[in-house]
Amino acid sequence: MAKPRNTTYRREPLWRAAMVHRISGLLLACFLPLHFLALALALDGEQRLDGFLRWTDQPLFKVAETVLVGLLAVHLLGGIRVLAIENLPWRPGQKQMAMGAIAVATLVAAAFLVRIV
Amino acid sequence: MSAADTTEKPRDAAHGTIEVSIWRGRDEGRYETFRVPMRESQTVLDIVTHVQRHLDPTLAYRFACRVGVCGSCAMTVNGRPRWTCRTHVSKVVENGRIEIGPLANLPVIKDLAADMSPFFEKWQEAKGAFTPSKTREADIEPISPETRERKIIDAAIECINCGVCFAACDTVRWNEDYMGPAALNRAWTLVNDVRDAGNAARVHAVAQGGGCHACHTHQSCEQHCPVGLNPTASIAGLKRRTMQAFIRGELE
Repeated sequence: MAKPRNTTYRREPLWRAAMVHRISGLLLACFLPLHFLALALALDGEQRLDGFLRWTDQPLFKVAETVLVGLLAVHLLGGIRVLAIENLPWRPGQKQMAMGAIAVATLVAAAFLVRIV
Repeated sequence: MSAADTTEKPRDAAHGTIEVSIWRGRDEGRYETFRVPMRESQTVLDIVTHVQRHLDPTLAYRFACRVGVCGSCAMTVNGRPRWTCRTHVSKVVENGRIEIGPLANLPVIKDLAADMSPFFEKWQEAKGAFTPSKTREADIEPISPETRERKIIDAAIECINCGVCFAACDTVRWNEDYMGPAALNRAWTLVNDVRDAGNAARVHAVAQGGGCHACHTHQSCEQHCPVGLNPTASIAGLKRRTMQAFIRGELE
């Protein structure tokens, strides 16, 4: 058998925070073209865009929007943490900051969901 | 001597046995299982030594000081890179079992002995050797421990070259050009050494493709370093230093 590829170091919260940052960024990058395509409907007239926006009033889209807001918030806060590491003097408590970013992003998404429901 | 004294077990008496799976072979191989007596204050290195001395003398592994100074004995213990001479079995044993393999991200010479050549080649690439600015005839330069540069060096200098950070780094795993946390940490100490004359070449070297900017700030090196260093912070320092050099036009 081949030498096992040991990965238990990936149980560390900071490694997981890095993956949350990366995956949220990839998902946001996937969303962006769809966002521009939706906005581009306005080029075909007001009615076309309004029709599409009414179609997105379905509950499934509300849930998707909530996830999107959560992804935006967690990517923004995680990015600020990494920028602070790379550009400012080192600060202890990185695990708490990473977990705090995820908690705040979850709260922001929850507040968004409450507002639109 | 009282009766109680005569019945007392010696300090190294066995407390049952532990099932130990040890990697045998090179990059291709298999885990072989042994039963080893469990003792008080036993380290993972003690287990490996017991197997080699009492159960299978063909087992290959590497150690020297046994007290956490030389950095020779790092291995993968239950999937996590560790310095085995300072890792107590009682802290890592899971359900009476322990799995010991060679360090990840390095070729295997035999069994538990990883080939450290790629690790030290990265040190060379990062210009990890001191470049003197004076001759041996010059007086010893006094360096105050209170200077900013010396405090930065103090925070990063105690690396024992064990390779644990190299084995715990996903960027090393994904990018074969990446110099790795230890080499970049070493470069950071030299960049801050006021006696060193090689920093133009060093900053240029660590600003290249496999240098400091390849780090994804996963912080696994910081989380796993057995002597509590923070290579992530050192690499961040190099990122800032190379950026300053770029703005000043010192990098091509």
